[in-house]
Amino acid sequence: MSVLQVNNLAKSFGKVTALNGVNMEVNEGEVFGFIGPNGAGKSTTIRVLLGILKATEGEAKIFGKDAWSEAVEIHKRIAYVPGDVNLWPNLTGGEVIDLFVKLRGGNKKSRREELLKKFDLDPSKKCGAYSKGNRQKVALVAAFSLDADLYILDEPTSGLDPLMEQVFQQCVMEAKRAGKSVLLSSHILSEVEKLCDRVGIIRQGKIIETGTLEELRHLTRTNLLVETKEPITHLHELKGIHDMEEKGRALSFQVDMEELGAVMKRVSQFGIVKLESTPPTLEDLFMRHYEGKGQTGTEAGGDPNGFYN
Amino acid sequence: MAFTINKGTGHLSRLIIRRDRIRIPLWVIGICSFTFMVPIAFKELYGSQEQRDVMAQTMENPAMIAMVGPADLSNYNLGVMTAHQMLLLTAVVVGLMSVLLVTRHTRGDEENGRVEMIRSLPVRRISTLNAVLLVNASTNILLAFLVGLGLYTLNIESMNIEGSLLYGASLGATGIFFVGITAVFGQLFESSRGVTGFSITVLLIVYIVRGIGDISNEVLSWISPLGWVTKTGVYDENNWWPIVGLIGVSIILFIIANYLHAIRDLEAGILPSRPGRKSASVILQNPIGLEFRLQRTGMISWAIGMFAIGASYGSVLGDLDSFFAGNDMMKQLFTAKEGYSVTMQFVSMIMMVMAILATVPAVMAMNKLYGEEKKGRSEHLLGRAVSRTRLMGSFLIISVINGFVMLSLAAIGLWTASVSVMEEPYSLGTVYGMGLIYYPAMLVMIGVAVLLIGYRPRITSFIWLYVVYSFIVLYMGGLFQFSEWIGKLSPFGHIPQIPLEDMTWMPIIMLISIAAAVTVVGFIGYNRRDMGR
Repeated sequence: MSVLQVNNLAKSFGKVTALNGVNMEVNEGEVFGFIGPNGAGKSTTIRVLLGILKATEGEAKIFGKDAWSEAVEIHKRIAYVPGDVNLWPNLTGGEVIDLFVKLRGGNKKSRREELLKKFDLDPSKKCGAYSKGNRQKVALVAAFSLDADLYILDEPTSGLDPLMEQVFQQCVMEAKRAGKSVLLSSHILSEVEKLCDRVGIIRQGKIIETGTLEELRHLTRTNLLVETKEPITHLHELKGIHDMEEKGRALSFQVDMEELGAVMKRVSQFGIVKLESTPPTLEDLFMRHYEGKGQTGTEAGGDPNGFYN
Repeated sequence: MAFTINKGTGHLSRLIIRRDRIRIPLWVIGICSFTFMVPIAFKELYGSQEQRDVMAQTMENPAMIAMVGPADLSNYNLGVMTAHQMLLLTAVVVGLMSVLLVTRHTRGDEENGRVEMIRSLPVRRISTLNAVLLVNASTNILLAFLVGLGLYTLNIESMNIEGSLLYGASLGATGIFFVGITAVFGQLFESSRGVTGFSITVLLIVYIVRGIGDISNEVLSWISPLGWVTKTGVYDENNWWPIVGLIGVSIILFIIANYLHAIRDLEAGILPSRPGRKSASVILQNPIGLEFRLQRTGMISWAIGMFAIGASYGSVLGDLDSFFAGNDMMKQLFTAKEGYSVTMQFVSMIMMVMAILATVPAVMAMNKLYGEEKKGRSEHLLGRAVSRTRLMGSFLIISVINGFVMLSLAAIGLWTASVSVMEEPYSLGTVYGMGLIYYPAMLVMIGVAVLLIGYRPRITSFIWLYVVYSFIVLYMGGLFQFSEWIGKLSPFGHIPQIPLEDMTWMPIIMLISIAAAVTVVGFIGYNRRDMGR
């Protein structure tokens, strides 16, 4: 069952188009990774989902309710952490957490103390004296203090140190175990890889790829390192070979998944001594998407074949 | 120790001057031009000794003395009058300048980690502090000479060179004293907010202690450095020793600051920072509580200010009729109206002015809604179970109550002071009614602010043009003989000036309806638009 549904969502600010037909679905009990570079439209999408921005076209629904007109009802069941947390400098962290918990309403039982300890946050300090990471912690403690059905996290770890990042990951994992849903927008791909069941990649206001990591990997290349008895010849004549490089006596290259069989057949003729294969990381996947754009520098819409080049 | 100027201090001083190359001149030019304008205006308004003596009479009451200090009222020439009415208040402004500039470069820079970068360079540890002291002491000395020479060149008979220089020196010495106070606090407290807060508190306490001392107990005035400023007797007996005293105390403060600076760690304070509340109080449970909490300090300051303004106007009501008799310009402002004394007309006019003034904190409270939005804080609330209507409504409630309280305090302040000076004082009901009748006009102003926030948030500050417009056309209207419709463009122009005019309910009902209508439209706009950042 889907908790969050976005259909053909468009948003423009005057003449600038920020979102251009976003489609997305988060199912109950799943952690959905939302990745894309700065300015691709991640935060805009999230802000539409929160009813802070009004969609120009399309619809955004959470729990089957309209994100704009039924915002308050929806917000009673969600927890939101923004990426850039600006707080009131003369209130203490503890006061802000309490206020936030109170404003969300919901059940009374709060995990505040436990989380303060876990995140190592001093609630008696004024927000003006907090570092960026500590302000982020305030928002995280407030978000995870109460049970929510959906967590919307917009780059929530951008100011945290690696230790706190782990604490954060535990929190997400716990929420998932409890059957909650999470929408996690992030830059940190290792984090997304570790936590997310499914991933959506956004570029220039459009979701260009959605699926489980497994599914996405099939669409891309795998890294191979081969050492043979005899030197391999004419390999580059084959289709789907990229970034070939000699590493001592071995040869390293990338192969498009659909050409893997043909390539292996050819390579085995030379007598394989050693073969290492590593699946593409999310970073490889991600970079593949954007490198083409970087080289040409054109802004002309999403090239659907960009993924398979 | 305090005054060793080494290479590091020199370089750092230049850095401070470079960073403040707009800020310092703005303060200095502002204070100077303000200071020069007053005697010129006084010369126009109170040209003859007769007029000045009447003015002196109105000054001879506890409220005025508490506000501006004592003076030799029997020798009230232009110089004495300027020094009496302006010197102390200007000194407070100069003190404020020192507090803000010094905090910015001491604790402010330390908090932002800039001092740490400087410290990593081959610079002596005390250089950062002494560069700040050097630049700010010099700024005050420069200000002293500019004011002194400037006043002298105005070429007003009673304003001789010695008095003028003493006038400047009083301002400069007060400034240097507060450079010292702030420098010491800069070592004591960990946050720049704390430093500014405590320094300004000292400024206020010193002012209030002097005020109480001046009307009751001479000894108290002696304790207060601002009391010393009033003891200079500028353009009269010209005492220089209070200046010497101020500079002496300042040097001691500079030395203490240096000592404290030397014995503490970077980014630490001598006094441990007081931990704040760990959890929210009962007040801080909803948007109204939050806004009240955030605006509390500002509201209290405005409340005290409005009461004081009301009281200071009230304190002159006693000798008003004789005062107006000798002043042509004032006569023009208050054309005598059958059956009502000039005093009554004056109160009616002042009530309008105070109502417009009381609109300022109310509109500020409303505009804060957009300020919060721009700082990205509104979404913390809107992202939780708070609707836009509730958020805007919370600000509106605070704003509307704020305006009501401010207007009430001004009226009550005026009445309280008038009771002690008038032979036949007005009843509280009369005075309060004369003030409160302007409340519907204030509601229209708040409504327009809501409308702007709802539909054109980028131009919310345009509301201030409307406020200023109202003030100018209604206050100065009589003087410039504007046509009536110009005044009617302001909601304040529609309020019947009771008891001079008959009470008519029609304009009141109209204004309240307009206020309600624009407010509702503003809410609709706010519910429809995107939240910005």
